[in-house]
Amino acid sequence: MLCATFMTEDNRTAPLGSMARPIRKALSTPNPHRLASTVAREDEHLLVAAAKGGDLSAFNELVSRYERKIFRLTMNITRNHEDAEDAMQDAFLKSYSHLKDFEGTSRFYTWLVRIAANEALMRLRKRRPNQFSLDEPITTEDEELMPREIEDWGPSPEQRYAQSEMQEILSGVIDGLDPLFRTVFVLRDVENLSTEETAKILNISVPAVKSRLLRARMKLREKLHPYFRKEGLH
Amino acid sequence: MNCEGVTRELSNYIDGEVDAALRQELEQHLGGCSHCTVVLNQVKMTVELFCDAEPVDLPTDVRNRLYAALQSKLGL
Repeated sequence: MLCATFMTEDNRTAPLGSMARPIRKALSTPNPHRLASTVAREDEHLLVAAAKGGDLSAFNELVSRYERKIFRLTMNITRNHEDAEDAMQDAFLKSYSHLKDFEGTSRFYTWLVRIAANEALMRLRKRRPNQFSLDEPITTEDEELMPREIEDWGPSPEQRYAQSEMQEILSGVIDGLDPLFRTVFVLRDVENLSTEETAKILNISVPAVKSRLLRARMKLREKLHPYFRKEGLH
Repeated sequence: MNCEGVTRELSNYIDGEVDAALRQELEQHLGGCSHCTVVLNQVKMTVELFCDAEPVDLPTDVRNRLYAALQSKLGL
């Protein structure tokens, strides 16, 4: 998976030659709710084990570590602030109450993503019951896949926009993506889940995940094109 | 293989999910088609931009409500 080649958090460090570049560091404000845990920050499995044993400060550390990423996930799926917040809260609460069921066969974060994605999807389905079903087949014709605008993008898009501007652009283009495609893209390319995990969460087949992922990527490229082409936004 | 065939396999190619024979076919086309090469590189960059983007800070009110919920329900 392409995304994995740029992630260091999971100790996956094999960047593709031409695509490799340093990971940006997040500038985050201190969390006043963070409690001092006796467990080292790097040792997620120890934090999970401590939390399972009733160490609330260890669970607090896990929440503090992943709150921003889980909120990004629920926001990316629901595109609704209230639903995203509720989904995040319930995901953390459920993860604590089901912690005894976590067997450690995957990373805790991956397990948490599954819970949060399900919470967000439940709210998305509830809010738009008549607009779409995530299970419906895609009937898009192949010719719609063919790119309409083919033109070189200028030098590195990230050098053309400040980080905050870039975040706004990315948020805007993903917002305009059909939920059918957006959910697959978010789980596969943002959260780095496997095709099989994504299929399981969305209750669709592996070929359907692949098909929607291709369409999502092509549509996002097209939506980003006006911002990144050499002449810039017209 | 024509441009449509390449487009259909673009995602699988990016993810390394094509067999050796198909990869060779794709690369043969990409070697001679600047349009498909541009699209491939832009799709790769699109994925890279999203997976590389850092999540924004949690708004203070959202964070406060999260910890209030955890405190009231878990005693955190």
